[in-house]
Amino acid sequence: MSQTTYLEAIRQGIWEEMERDERVFILGEDVGRYGGAFKVSAGMLERFGPERVLDTPISESAIVGAAIGAAYMGLRPIAEMQFIDFISCAFDQITNFAAKSRYRWGAGVPIVIRGPSGGGVHGGPFHSQNPEMYFVHTPGLKVVSPSTAYDAKGLIKAAIRDEDPVIYLEHKFLYRRVKEELPAEDYIVPIGKAAIRRPGTGMTVLTYGAMVYLALEAAAELVKEGIDLEVIDLRSLLPLDKETVLESVKKNSKVFILHEDTRTGGIAGEISAVICEEVFEYLDGPVLRITAPDTPVPYSPPLEEFFLPKVSDVMNTARRLASY
Amino acid sequence: MKSDRIRKTTPRRTVARKLAPEVPNDIPHVAVAAAPGIEPATYREMLRFMVLTRELEDRIERKLYRQGKIVGGVYVGRGQEAIGVASCIQTEPEDVILPSHRDMGAFLIRGMSPRRILAQYMGRVDGYTRGRDGNMHMGDLDRGVIPFVSMLGDNVPVAAGVGIAFRNRKKPHVVLCYFGDGATSRGDWHEGMNLACVQKAPIVFICNNNQYAYSTPLDFQMAVKNVAQRALAYGIPGEIVDGNDVLAVHEAVRRAIDRARSGFGPTLIECKTFRMTGHSAHDDAGYVPEVLFKEWELKDPISRYRQYLVEHGILRQDEIEAMQTDAVREIDGAVEWAEKSPYPEPEDCLNGVYSEK
Repeated sequence: MSQTTYLEAIRQGIWEEMERDERVFILGEDVGRYGGAFKVSAGMLERFGPERVLDTPISESAIVGAAIGAAYMGLRPIAEMQFIDFISCAFDQITNFAAKSRYRWGAGVPIVIRGPSGGGVHGGPFHSQNPEMYFVHTPGLKVVSPSTAYDAKGLIKAAIRDEDPVIYLEHKFLYRRVKEELPAEDYIVPIGKAAIRRPGTGMTVLTYGAMVYLALEAAAELVKEGIDLEVIDLRSLLPLDKETVLESVKKNSKVFILHEDTRTGGIAGEISAVICEEVFEYLDGPVLRITAPDTPVPYSPPLEEFFLPKVSDVMNTARRLASY
Repeated sequence: MKSDRIRKTTPRRTVARKLAPEVPNDIPHVAVAAAPGIEPATYREMLRFMVLTRELEDRIERKLYRQGKIVGGVYVGRGQEAIGVASCIQTEPEDVILPSHRDMGAFLIRGMSPRRILAQYMGRVDGYTRGRDGNMHMGDLDRGVIPFVSMLGDNVPVAAGVGIAFRNRKKPHVVLCYFGDGATSRGDWHEGMNLACVQKAPIVFICNNNQYAYSTPLDFQMAVKNVAQRALAYGIPGEIVDGNDVLAVHEAVRRAIDRARSGFGPTLIECKTFRMTGHSAHDDAGYVPEVLFKEWELKDPISRYRQYLVEHGILRQDEIEAMQTDAVREIDGAVEWAEKSPYPEPEDCLNGVYSEK
């Protein structure tokens, strides 16, 4: 069996859903003839035709708005943001039209909005962002962020089949760096379920996206120091798998949260609040955060390296927590 | 491409000219005398819906709002009834409309009921959103009505998506998408127009140009004189019509619907009209010169149409009066029904954000 990259897994997932369900179609900038800026939709125009692989003008708001309209008519649109940074242009359609639709008048909006997020590739302030919290803060949306090829495929399929709008954040740093053998048969990864990537009994780190690998790398080192880290990959940020998170905290009594998103208003703060509200009496230390600083994502390598959380940050935080 | 894509039909002896000779020169009139192919029943239905629309909105704005029975804002389309009615009356059941906030007649034609509309305004459980949203923010997918949101112009990209879905699924249906003059300043309006036109989606874009966006007059809103000129930028026909002439609107929309159903893509129809109220019920419109209200009162679409129908022997005066009486009675009953509708249970606040499937 061959190894499938994270990128190819997304493509396969979309492809298989388009084969399975003729209502599924994609729209976005350069997705058709060009096959997408990262080639996620390569070959789809040839296979499915221009009516199901729609090249659009540079109009993120219209892309999402049109996806909403098509969804009302019974279709299952997948809207690509060429870089997820551009999702800000469609903010209004997502948060006001799509997210509130079911609540206001009972009309669900089964759309997927997907695109490459995250830093580490010198994309600078407009090609590196992690916009998850704008949407995690919006009732009516779902937000997922896969870290493995298996999850990338399983979550895109789950998102396409979901009855509500799903923001699917793929990490561009992982596109070709992560690969694994995938099952031949159809599968989904349910939205709202976290995965324990490394069981551990010392303390818990909650993370997602590319940061999962940072946590695993740190865990491999920390075990030498006698710190047994449990690494939980959230996978789904909204809804959050509180059950898995809280069970782990109750078991290990120490927890920190690691994300590439900036600090203030990042999901670490939210999760920390949930932990304090619900399992405070189990805690043996403070709920700590490792995040990017509150700045835009800088371009120049030394600046970006400073910006992104590092393995050493994880190790230092774990050591600090171990001292409690 | 010819540069005169803004259609200038030779003015004939129109309803507008006959009844309102004092139309100022800067308001182009391209009304057609009598729309071809209108069934006698349609003449009657158009008046009935215009009368019902005005009665319903008058009741909401001038009575229930002042009595404190409407819990939120009130935006009516008095003086603009011809536009929603003459356009929507031509839709087929499978067509889809995306009305804006001064198109009450369009909602009624699609079969949305005055009593549930009133319950909606009053925040009652029988309103179309069960109390989750107010006023004209209501829709019903089974009736092909997609509700707008307060961010004006947002319905244009959504209309594009509906039209693209129809076209891609080889359905012969059309989309009517409504907005005001102010909405055409929004980026979403332009993005949606552009996408719809590139895709040649079967859409009729209907601008309810009432010349004021809240307090902002047209010349503060746009540098072009007519909204229809914006069609040039999208490679589609832009047509200007007297929005207070129900037959002129009917005819322009009829051609645009034909065009859309035949696969030729969208048309932008600018209906010149006037907002005979403030922006909303709390706004006295003190910024609008009184002379404009007086001038446009003479061009009232319902009075003009009534006169036309009587003069052409289509309806008798007593039939028209009976229609008015019926409308009052219908709204009386609807108000009574809506007032009996309960408020939602407070805990219902928590339900329905996500699918329960």
